[in-house]
Amino acid sequence: MAGLELLSDQGYRLDGRKAPELRKLQARMSVFAQADGSAYLEQGNTKALAVVYGPHETRGSRSKSLHDRAVINCQYSMATFSTAERKRRPHGDRKSSEMSLHLKQTFEAAVLTELYPRSQIDIYVKILQADGGNYSACVNAATLALVDAGIPMRDYVCACTAGFVEDTALADLCHAEESGGGTSLALALLPRSGNIALLQMDARLHQDHLNALMEAAMTACKGLSKVLDGVVRQHLEEVSVLTSE
Amino acid sequence: MLKSKTFVKKTRSGGVLKIVREHYLRDDIWCGSEVCKECKDEAPVLQEDACIESNLCSYPHYLIPDTNVVLHQIDILEDPLIRNIIILQTVLQEVRHRSATVYKRIKDAIHDKEKHFYTFTNEHHRETFIEREQGESANDRNDRAIRVAAKWYADHLAKATDNGPLKVVLLTNDRANKEKAEHHGLIVYRCEEYIKSLIGNPELVDRLALTPDDQNEITGSKLLFPEHLPLSRIQTGIKNGMFLQGTFHANRDNYLEGTVFIHREGAVTNEVLLQGFQNLNRAVHQDVVAVELFPKERWVAPSSVVLQDDNPDDEDAEEDETETENKLKSVASESSALKPTGRVVGIIKRNWRPFCGMLSQSQIKEATRHLFTPADRRIPRIRIETRQAATLVGQRIMVAIDGWPKNSRYPNGHFVKNLGTAGDKETETEVLLLEHDVPHQPFSQAVLSFLPKMPWSISEEELKVRADLRHLFVCSVDPPGCTDIDDALHCRELENGNLEVGVHIADVSHFIRPGNALDQEAASRGTTVYLCGKRIDMVPELLSSNLCSLRSNVERLAFSCIWEMNNNAEIIKTHFTKSIINSKASLTYAEAQMRIDDTTMNDDITKSLRGLNKLAKILKGRRIDKGALTLSSPEVRFHIDSETHDPIDLQTKELMETNSMVEEFMLLANISVAQKIYDEFSECALLRKHPSPPPSNYDILIKAAKSRDLEIHTDSAKALADSLNNAAIERFPYFNTLLRILATRCMMQAVYFCSGMDNDFHHYGLASPIYTHFTSPIRRYSDIIVHRLLAVAMNADSTYPDLMDKHKQSALCSNLNYRHKMAQYAQRASVAFHTQLFFKNRGIINEEGFILFVRKNAIIILIPKFGLEGTVFFENKDKPSPHLTFDTEGPTLKVEEHTFHMFDKVKVTISLDASNIQHQRIRMALIEPVIPGVSVPVPESEPEAKKPKLDR
Ligand SMILES: [Zn+2]
Repeated sequence: MAGLELLSDQGYRLDGRKAPELRKLQARMSVFAQADGSAYLEQGNTKALAVVYGPHETRGSRSKSLHDRAVINCQYSMATFSTAERKRRPHGDRKSSEMSLHLKQTFEAAVLTELYPRSQIDIYVKILQADGGNYSACVNAATLALVDAGIPMRDYVCACTAGFVEDTALADLCHAEESGGGTSLALALLPRSGNIALLQMDARLHQDHLNALMEAAMTACKGLSKVLDGVVRQHLEEVSVLTSE
Repeated sequence: MLKSKTFVKKTRSGGVLKIVREHYLRDDIWCGSEVCKECKDEAPVLQEDACIESNLCSYPHYLIPDTNVVLHQIDILEDPLIRNIIILQTVLQEVRHRSATVYKRIKDAIHDKEKHFYTFTNEHHRETFIEREQGESANDRNDRAIRVAAKWYADHLAKATDNGPLKVVLLTNDRANKEKAEHHGLIVYRCEEYIKSLIGNPELVDRLALTPDDQNEITGSKLLFPEHLPLSRIQTGIKNGMFLQGTFHANRDNYLEGTVFIHREGAVTNEVLLQGFQNLNRAVHQDVVAVELFPKERWVAPSSVVLQDDNPDDEDAEEDETETENKLKSVASESSALKPTGRVVGIIKRNWRPFCGMLSQSQIKEATRHLFTPADRRIPRIRIETRQAATLVGQRIMVAIDGWPKNSRYPNGHFVKNLGTAGDKETETEVLLLEHDVPHQPFSQAVLSFLPKMPWSISEEELKVRADLRHLFVCSVDPPGCTDIDDALHCRELENGNLEVGVHIADVSHFIRPGNALDQEAASRGTTVYLCGKRIDMVPELLSSNLCSLRSNVERLAFSCIWEMNNNAEIIKTHFTKSIINSKASLTYAEAQMRIDDTTMNDDITKSLRGLNKLAKILKGRRIDKGALTLSSPEVRFHIDSETHDPIDLQTKELMETNSMVEEFMLLANISVAQKIYDEFSECALLRKHPSPPPSNYDILIKAAKSRDLEIHTDSAKALADSLNNAAIERFPYFNTLLRILATRCMMQAVYFCSGMDNDFHHYGLASPIYTHFTSPIRRYSDIIVHRLLAVAMNADSTYPDLMDKHKQSALCSNLNYRHKMAQYAQRASVAFHTQLFFKNRGIINEEGFILFVRKNAIIILIPKFGLEGTVFFENKDKPSPHLTFDTEGPTLKVEEHTFHMFDKVKVTISLDASNIQHQRIRMALIEPVIPGVSVPVPESEPEAKKPKLDR
């Protein structure tokens, strides 16, 4: 049996998108009343939940706290039912701790941590359904949750993946595209300044192709930032209507 | 632009995986027609004036074929006459899943601008996407999707042209589908109906494939064969051991016999003999079949009868069948070594390809059904329907099988194309390419689109990243007339007294990027095929003879392997780099030899050649000391007349010192690269190995030497090489060559393999622990992969997933091995055909030869002068055979009073036997020694043999 054709000669991808097009993004903020901030986000079929607590005093040993800025603590997990194959996902396996670390690095670059010395900000993200771009969905959801929590940031952090198929850069890969071979990268961008918060690529790629791929990911992130901004503004409107009543 | 989305749930059987995918629908997918103003298509494909003259459709129209029409009638769709076709995405996807070959062919047609084929992405169009309904089968859904899309087109075009004359016509052979479509007001025709309505194209009708309905009409109602079991029952049968699965191989000499090679490894029986019409049960050579074993008491030995299916007329033949089969069995049961027998219960996979052959015209004058006799004797005759039989007689034609109903003596097929007059040089070359599965069509537009744009020059970026070796005195040494120059060399003295030697190989992987159509085509072709007077390129000519070819006095990209060596040819340092070179001279072997020998020449190129030659001799000596074999096989080259392209003379190739000089450095480069890529990628290096032959292979060589009181040791390559070197007979200088020719026949085939899938890397013939092919990327795909691996190892290029996947690479290796084998066969067939041409007009020639092999009823003779091998049979159909005694120990054959030994010198006559136009062959008859009643008198026309020389 033939494998999947990731990009047709007519320029359509498996799900009918063209190369630079993003998946449909939907999000809601303040989904949990107990948390300081929370958000639920769907990027295509990838669904993520982010919850933020803090800033608060550092828990546990004092040695962890920093005198000049806040510590960011990230925890990433995947729901047992999130993939087609249901399997047990113990906490702290290699993949999740790596993901947690990446998220921590991303948000350390974006949050104005110096405003909260000796304190801690907790970010919990859970993938409810995985269909490619888990990292990006987590970052985008966490950004909204941080906004919801009112924690000051330099900019939205927008993340997106991009991959290379037959010399064409595809934006926002779905699971089938991610596993179909080829190199993919994940980029977290602060769109206004154009600064990169995190860039991750596991496979090898010829440097000639890197620029094209980065360009595709950057454009995708900028597109995402507009959508996220829309979500935040709409949420504010709803909230202000509520409070004014 | 994303309008809406729906979820399509796909459940893959086998596991309990439920795969959920997004499916976006769009409204920016255009109809692709020139007439449409509504769609914002910048380059519409479908023409406004889409006219094919047809009795059925008098208006301009676009055709929409359904999946089965594309799958079965691809021969028709490829015809230049058929244009303006809409290929729906639904159809394309179904074709992709069902036949890789048809998919490739339809894609090529879509890429061909002349054809005006448009792919409509209907599955993502907002108005043509449909969801599968409850209880609807996948097939029914797709049929409905095709109808919905056709309906959309009909309405859309009507709107766009204000009910103008332009229409769409749906082609389907499915009755239910046709009815439903008509119900919706669509114009629908069966493919046959439509093609037959085309005015003035009788040939196209012949190319229609028969559908099952037609097949029943043709054949009688009498059941000739047992029914084939359905696939589900076959699978259960195989699982519980009732049936065995294997590949069917027909017997070349006996059409009522065949063997099934069982696939399962370690199976008790790995070969099953099938005898008789009923038991073969419509299996065709190379089909994958399921067989049922017979009980032991029915096992027999294979018959040695020669049976050819040459009944003049098929209708009467059926009664004779039982008679022939009885004869077959009685002969078979006489022998002793019994083999398992069985019968075919079902076909798992047909491996039909279009077959070349000739038409045997029916004796009934007005008949339109005729029998077709394939060139390959293992393929049964095929019944075809054609109205042009009279013009096809005497022509080589191509026919495809459509099916083999259980009530038909022969499979049914259809005419595909006329290849030309039988016996014609072009026609026969075409036939031998087709029969050896050598891809030789012109490169498709899709492939050509990946060629660099001309005028081409080396870009600034390349200049920056490559080593600039343009100043070096690099030159190439090749056979005369070579236009695809893969390699060039240089040698210069360094300040420290050492020598720098460079092998520069065309940087083909720079031009052929992984995965694109050009790359896929090259990977599929695998190798350039050299026939007499013709070359079938692996890559388009722009690359093979121009941009990649390392011609003199032009700047070319190269992949260089540079060694620092001391004067004793010991490697001190090895260095690989991508480079730019400018070859200073393209020499032939003879020219290079002349420069080396001419002491008055002292230019840089000559000095470089002398240095290389000196080192090569040391390298060769060292290699031979290690036990590398130098074997020989007579290689014949034809001098081809430049105007008629007929061979006018043949000559065995002579080898010069410079031949082995170039070879030596190529070997060295290949070994160095093999080591490097294996060190870097132990799991996925593409290597080449040459297994040592099993000891029994050497039996004949040892016996042959023993008959001359010589001993050959075969314990190791070294021992073999040594004893071959020492084996000489006074006053018989050709004896050693004969021994070496024989030794070549004992060898195994060298093969490509992936290092992660094998443990044995040894190259027996070269006595090297590791080897690969790096030096001929223009004509071998293996070398392109090796270049890519080496480039990745040096960080000069990017990797890609398939390169690092040992399973994919292993699959690639088996294709390359297959293509190389077929190329070799095709080459031999081409030499054989040209030999026949050469002897055609020369009457009977008599010549001296040596006995190469002795068989039970024949001797095989080698004529050194022509490098020609032929058989002298001692059994004749029309006269009583002489008294024959065969001794396997010698081996010797006693004919009447004379005993033949291997390597005996004999005299024979050579002539062309053209009695069977499809199977012409060289016939040899014995003159000396004279055996009464066996040998023939010396022909009177002896001076003819010298004639070719006078011609020139
Ligand atoms: Zn239109």
